[in-house]
Amino acid sequence: MILGRRPAAVLALSALVGLMALSLGLGAAEIDLRSARSDAWTALVVMESRLPRTLAVALSGAALAVSGALIQALVRNRFVGPDTSGTSEGAALGLLAVTLLAPAAPIWVKMLCASVAAVASTALFVAIIRRLPRREVMLVPIAGLVLSGVLGSVVTWIAWQTDMLQYIGTWLSGEFSGVTAGRYELLWVAGGAAALAWLGADRFAILSLGDEIATGLGLRAAAVMRLGLVVVAVVSALVVTTVGMVPFVGLVVPNIAARLVGDDLRASLPIVAAGGAGLLLVCDIIGRVLIAPYEIPVGMILGILGAAIFLVLLYRSPAHG
Amino acid sequence: MARPGIRPLPAGAAAGAATAPGPARPWGQLRPGVVALLAAALALCSLIWMFQGLGGGNRSFILWLRAVKLAGLITVGASVAVATVLFQTVSANRVLTPSIMGFDALYVLLQTLLVASAGVTGFAAIDPAAKFLAEVAVMVLLAGLLFGALLGRGARDIPRMILTGVILGVMFRSISGFIARILDPNSYAVVQSVSFASFGRIDATLLLPGAAIAAAAIAAALVLAPRLDVLALGRTAAVSLGLRFDRMVVMSLALVAVLVSVSTALVGPVAFFGLLVAGMAHGLASSDRHAVLLPTAGLIGALILVAGQTLFERALAQPATLSVVVEFLGGLFFLYLLLRGRIR
Amino acid sequence: MIRIESVQHHIGPAPILSDISLELPKGRLTALIGPNGAGKSTLLRLVARLERLQAGRIAVDGQDIARTPTETLARSLAIMGQHNNVASRLRVSELVGFGRWPHHRGRPRAADHAAVAAAIEAVDLGPLAHRFLDELSGGQVQRAFLAMTFAQDTPWVLLDEPLNNLDMAHARALMARLAGVVRESGRSVVTVVHEVNYAAAWADHIVAMKNGRIFAQGPAEQVLNEALLSELYGTPIEVSSHDGRPLVLHHHAHSEAELMIRVAS
Repeated sequence: MILGRRPAAVLALSALVGLMALSLGLGAAEIDLRSARSDAWTALVVMESRLPRTLAVALSGAALAVSGALIQALVRNRFVGPDTSGTSEGAALGLLAVTLLAPAAPIWVKMLCASVAAVASTALFVAIIRRLPRREVMLVPIAGLVLSGVLGSVVTWIAWQTDMLQYIGTWLSGEFSGVTAGRYELLWVAGGAAALAWLGADRFAILSLGDEIATGLGLRAAAVMRLGLVVVAVVSALVVTTVGMVPFVGLVVPNIAARLVGDDLRASLPIVAAGGAGLLLVCDIIGRVLIAPYEIPVGMILGILGAAIFLVLLYRSPAHG
Repeated sequence: MARPGIRPLPAGAAAGAATAPGPARPWGQLRPGVVALLAAALALCSLIWMFQGLGGGNRSFILWLRAVKLAGLITVGASVAVATVLFQTVSANRVLTPSIMGFDALYVLLQTLLVASAGVTGFAAIDPAAKFLAEVAVMVLLAGLLFGALLGRGARDIPRMILTGVILGVMFRSISGFIARILDPNSYAVVQSVSFASFGRIDATLLLPGAAIAAAAIAAALVLAPRLDVLALGRTAAVSLGLRFDRMVVMSLALVAVLVSVSTALVGPVAFFGLLVAGMAHGLASSDRHAVLLPTAGLIGALILVAGQTLFERALAQPATLSVVVEFLGGLFFLYLLLRGRIR
Repeated sequence: MIRIESVQHHIGPAPILSDISLELPKGRLTALIGPNGAGKSTLLRLVARLERLQAGRIAVDGQDIARTPTETLARSLAIMGQHNNVASRLRVSELVGFGRWPHHRGRPRAADHAAVAAAIEAVDLGPLAHRFLDELSGGQVQRAFLAMTFAQDTPWVLLDEPLNNLDMAHARALMARLAGVVRESGRSVVTVVHEVNYAAAWADHIVAMKNGRIFAQGPAEQVLNEALLSELYGTPIEVSSHDGRPLVLHHHAHSEAELMIRVAS
């Protein structure tokens, strides 16, 4: 099913607006959104809690989905995402290291360390898969998943040795319940990085055709690869430090978008972003209403829903798609 | 010019060439050296484990405790090792373990479902041995159904099957966590405790049935060893040689399910330990024949756990560290394999 | 004789083979030829029970492959596939040794070792018998697998594009070897061949396939004529004669010109 670009965009955008409104209306405090202008209490709840949470969810989803589309283009494989290429775990490792070595460092230093570590681990992933036999398409995601597992166990081990398990527990499972005004704004930077990716969309689309074709078309393949890795790593690092690891969004959303509008990144990235935001909003809303007033972390919901979507994709598309 | 290539085979060569030089011997000699050496090392470590620092107090009680733990460590080490070698043969891939495929996640999910349906007190009330046997049976059935169904879609696409397993593993873990969340904090703690590995905590009630089942499964694997050698040649060659390929794959996976159930029940999920052991076994064994490979791997697995636990518990007084160290080394070994390009 | 009756094969909705009925003669070197995607490999893999038979019937020397136990078939028929790589680290002699497995099921005797040695000699790998497969070139690995197929010592040998990876000298030697096996030991060989001249030079019997159907079959000198080959491959082809065997010319300059005209029209 290929939709026209415009109807797809309109559809995605209106669904997104609806979901955001729904997210704004949900919460422990009973409020009427329409009275936000007149009622100071309602305005406070919306501005301090509801709106930041909704924006954080939407921004994370959009940025993760875009970085997923990027990494799929960079490694030329549909079945990888930033959460299955060691990126998120790398970010957590960098964050852990800086927290241990310089606990008092300002947040932007921590961010930087997390980003650098995420770049390194993603580069390691790319280096590994370049050594895999080209025919074995499915080995790429397997290698990524196992690499993520290894890095994750290193994180757990260090945290355990230093009595920080509780602390990193929040990074390892993404959750938005702690988001309030003043504690999510870094995600705007992630959104900015995703927008940057859109500017370079043509380059990434060409690189996805292969190094040789890219070079033939006059592209500096290595430079484009580096740019892509930095965007993916920065997005992952920001999301991990702000809300924790959010699985599957970067994996499944680009796949669905590619089915709807094709693989031309310039056309598909906005749809990917909207889809990522939408999927994460849906999962967050489910997590909030299912056992209200308690919450289920969004990562857990995605672990089930995202895995199911992924399996459907895996078996609907041709084996080496 | 010398003519390269392929000379005509003299008629009746199969019978006539008996005088051909001997070295072409595919079922070549076992190198008993490695296996014997490993067995001796294991025996030595076991003795140290049993008798080191044995105080004057309640000797028989301490000896009994130590014997139980030793038996548990050996069972787990051998089970994980043999399961991993079997699994790597089936998947024709040296960097995979059953745990990566979600086998242990399935087991934890089973446990969780049991807690959910029986409640925490009910969970504690079920006879552990009976519960364990039932779990192993369900596990074999589920693994058989799941991976049998996947194989039915085409045994040729084994990488896709593996990816499916990996994702199912993530899904199983999430469902376990999810069920635990919507239950209550108490059951969440129970689920958590069966979700992490610890070699220090071996459930004595499960030891006897576990060890018996593991021994039976390992014996079955040894009986199947020649067929596993053929299986390792890949589908085309194996079918051409008359192996019932699909049946053999399902049988191997069932054995893997049994062995993973035993080790997970005794100490919890271990992800990369098997990788380390299987890698070492391939390196140390004189050939890739399973008749050599399986005993080598089993002994290495048991040896690492017994020696490691002796070291960490007695010398370093850190009884709970072994699992993490073993996992970490396994992880490093995996990275080494990847970067050496040894995935095939 | 291999008798193939009304065999059809689909992958998903795509028909790969439609209504194939065919007899492959015993004691002959048969070449399956035809353009890419004709279904040659699929047909061969169906005969070798590597693919499940969806419709029709195949019998090897009277044994229905759907009903005969696979262990029994392994003593009648050996196949070498296209992608030959093994995950385990094996020596050449060990790999070839597996060719005897259908005969001894894990307990080799002296005769088995002798057959293995002879098969290794036959493909000229004697000096490399103790090397590991991952230390050999692609062509050498190919020959090791070929030796395994020979060591299986079956009346029928099926080969799926065995000339891949082989240089000119080894390709020629292989075809000569296959022809020799057929002549001297009365075994039957069926092989998919891409380069039609190898079929022309060595095959006794030709089966030409196109679009999942049998396009022509018969003795080499009958099938390999200009009109038939040109239609089979959809490109002008000349057939000349060399040493009493047909020689297919498809690199010719004026054929190129004709091709241009054909494309233009």
